[in-house]
Amino acid sequence: MAAISFKNIVKRYGSGKTEVQVIHAVSAEINDGEFVVIVGPSGCGKSTLLRMVAGLEEVSSGQISIGSRVVNELEPAERDIAMVFQNYALYPHMSVYDNMAYGLKIAKVPKEEIRLRVEKAAGILELMPFLERKPRALSGGQRQRVAMGRAIVRQPQVFLFDEPLSNLDAKLRAQTRLEIQKLHRELGITSLFVTHDQVEAMTLAQRMIVMHAGVMEQFGTPEEVYNQPATTFVASFIGSPPMNLLRHVPGTPAGSILGVRPEHLDIADQGWEVTVEAVELLGAERLVYCKMGSDALIVRTQEDQRAPQVGAVIFVKPRADRMHYFDAETGKRK
Amino acid sequence: MIERRPGLTILSHLVLLLGVLIVAFPVYITLVASTQSSLQIAQSIPMSLLPGSNMIETYRVALFGGETAAGSHIAAAWPMMWVSLVSALVITIGKITISMLSAFAIVYFRFPFRGLVFWMIFVTLMLPVEVRIGPTYEVIASLGMLNTYAGLTIPLIASATATFLFRQFFLTVPDELVEAARMDGAGPMRFFWDILLPLSRTSIAALFVIQFIYGWNQYLWPLLVTTNENMYPVVMGIKRLISGDAYTEWNVVMATAVLAMLPPAIVVILMQKWFVKGLVDTEK
Repeated sequence: MAAISFKNIVKRYGSGKTEVQVIHAVSAEINDGEFVVIVGPSGCGKSTLLRMVAGLEEVSSGQISIGSRVVNELEPAERDIAMVFQNYALYPHMSVYDNMAYGLKIAKVPKEEIRLRVEKAAGILELMPFLERKPRALSGGQRQRVAMGRAIVRQPQVFLFDEPLSNLDAKLRAQTRLEIQKLHRELGITSLFVTHDQVEAMTLAQRMIVMHAGVMEQFGTPEEVYNQPATTFVASFIGSPPMNLLRHVPGTPAGSILGVRPEHLDIADQGWEVTVEAVELLGAERLVYCKMGSDALIVRTQEDQRAPQVGAVIFVKPRADRMHYFDAETGKRK
Repeated sequence: MIERRPGLTILSHLVLLLGVLIVAFPVYITLVASTQSSLQIAQSIPMSLLPGSNMIETYRVALFGGETAAGSHIAAAWPMMWVSLVSALVITIGKITISMLSAFAIVYFRFPFRGLVFWMIFVTLMLPVEVRIGPTYEVIASLGMLNTYAGLTIPLIASATATFLFRQFFLTVPDELVEAARMDGAGPMRFFWDILLPLSRTSIAALFVIQFIYGWNQYLWPLLVTTNENMYPVVMGIKRLISGDAYTEWNVVMATAVLAMLPPAIVVILMQKWFVKGLVDTEK
C-alpha cells in the first residue's frame, strides 16, 4: 500500500501552435489506503490524470509519486499498480483463469503461488465456477468481476479504476458499487476511481476530486463537496437537480452569486415571490420550476405536500444556514 | 428475397446448375481422360465421357515416370510435386511471417517515416510481379540463386496485400487490450506472441489458403529461374508434357493435372472452416 502524490501535474498535447493544455497544475496528496474518486464532466481531464498515474500517458511537467518513488519515468508494469478498464480489456482468447494469471506469469511468479492467488481472488469475487470459461461466455457483470480479479491477484500498491461501471445496467451498477466498497474495506488498498457519475462519486468516495476543464476545482470529502462547494461549478455539478445560482436576489452583496440547493428551499407564506413554470413528480418528491425575475430556480418538495398550480405566484423561503455565496467574477466561494 | 414463386425458384436453380456445370465440366473431363489410355483418346473423336479402365497404369506413369505404350518418355511427377510443395510452403509461411511482423511494426511502433514506409509498401500493391520480373531476375541471377529453392521463393515472399490485411486487422484490436498487456508487464514481442498472434488465427488461416494456392500455381517465375529439371515445379511439368516429343499422351497430362490439383484442394478442404471464419469473422 502506498500514498499517491501529485505535484503541479501538467499535461499538454501537440507542440507549437497546435499545443493544447488539458491538465492545469493539479496538486493533491492521496493518503495510504484511501479511496479517492475523480469526478467531472466528459473532457475534463479526469481519465488523462488517471492514465498518467498508470503510466499510459506521459507527464508533461510535474511529479507523480507512488509511495516514496517518483514514477514519472517508470513503465506501467514497474509502478506496482493495477487498472480496471472501462471495457474491461480482457484477453478474448484466454480463459478467465489465464486472464487473471497472465500478469503473474510474466512476472515469473511460481505456478503454485499463481494458482493460490487466482483461486483466492476468484473466491472473493465468486468467479470459481467460471475459471475455465472464455470472456465471451460471461455476462457483463461477470466480465467486470474478472477485470477486478485481474487487478486483485497482482496485489498492487494502488488500484486504478477507469469508469468501470459505465457499461453495466443500473441495477448491476448499484450492486457492483457495493462490492467495490466491500473489497476496499477488506483489502484496504489505495484506490483512484474515475467516473462522470456523481452518485458513484458520492457513494464510493472517502474523498473526491472534482475536475473541470483540466483544473481541480475541489478536493474533499463528499460531505464537504456537497455542503461547502468551493466554486459555482462544483455547486452546479454535484447534486441533482443542481444548486440554484441566483444573481438578482435582494439583499445579496454586490458582485456575489447566491447559491441554494433545491432541497433547502421551502414553500412558505412569505419570502421570495416566484412564479411557478412547471411541476414534475418524481415519485417520492416533486420538483417545482420557478422564475424569480430573471433568475430560474428549482424547489424540491415532498410528494405529500400540496402541488402548486402552474402559473401561480407562490412564496419560497431558503433555510438561512444553507445559503452559499460565490464571487460573481471568479466563481469562488466567499 | 422473401417471395416464394416457383418460377423464380426454378430459374435460380437453373442458373446455379449452369454455373456448376461450367466450373465442374472441365474438371470432369480431366478426371475421365486420366482414366483412359492414350490410344482410346486418340481414336474416339469426340472423346468418350465415360471413365476408362487404364487409370492405375496412367497414374503410375504420371507419378513415377517411364516409357508409355506409345513409346514416349515421361518424367516422374512426384519430385516436381515435392518442389512445388516446398516452394508453396516456404512462400506461404514466409509471407505470413514477414507481413505480420511488418504490420505489427507499422501499427504499434512510432518510428520516423512510419507513414512513408506504409505508403511505400502500399504502392507496391500497384505493381504486378510481371512488371518487375526483369530486374528481379537480374538480381536473383547475380546472387547465384538460379535453380535453387531460395531463388524460387524469396522474390515471391514480400507481400503488400498480406501486410495490408494484417494492418487492417491489428487496427481493430482495441487499444485497451494493448494497455492491459502493458500493465501486465508484457513487452512488445510478448504482446505479439501471446495476444496478437492467437487473435489473428483466423486471418492467418485465410491467408494460408490463399497464399498456398498462389505459391503452388506459380508458373512464370519458375519458368525463368529454373533450368535444371530437378527444380521444375509440377505446373511447369504439365506444360512440358504437352509439348512432348512426337505425340502428346493426353491421359498422362490429365493425370498429372489431377495430381497437381490435389494439394491445393486438400488445403482448402482441411482449412475450409477457418478460411470462411477468417474472411467473415468480426468477433474480437
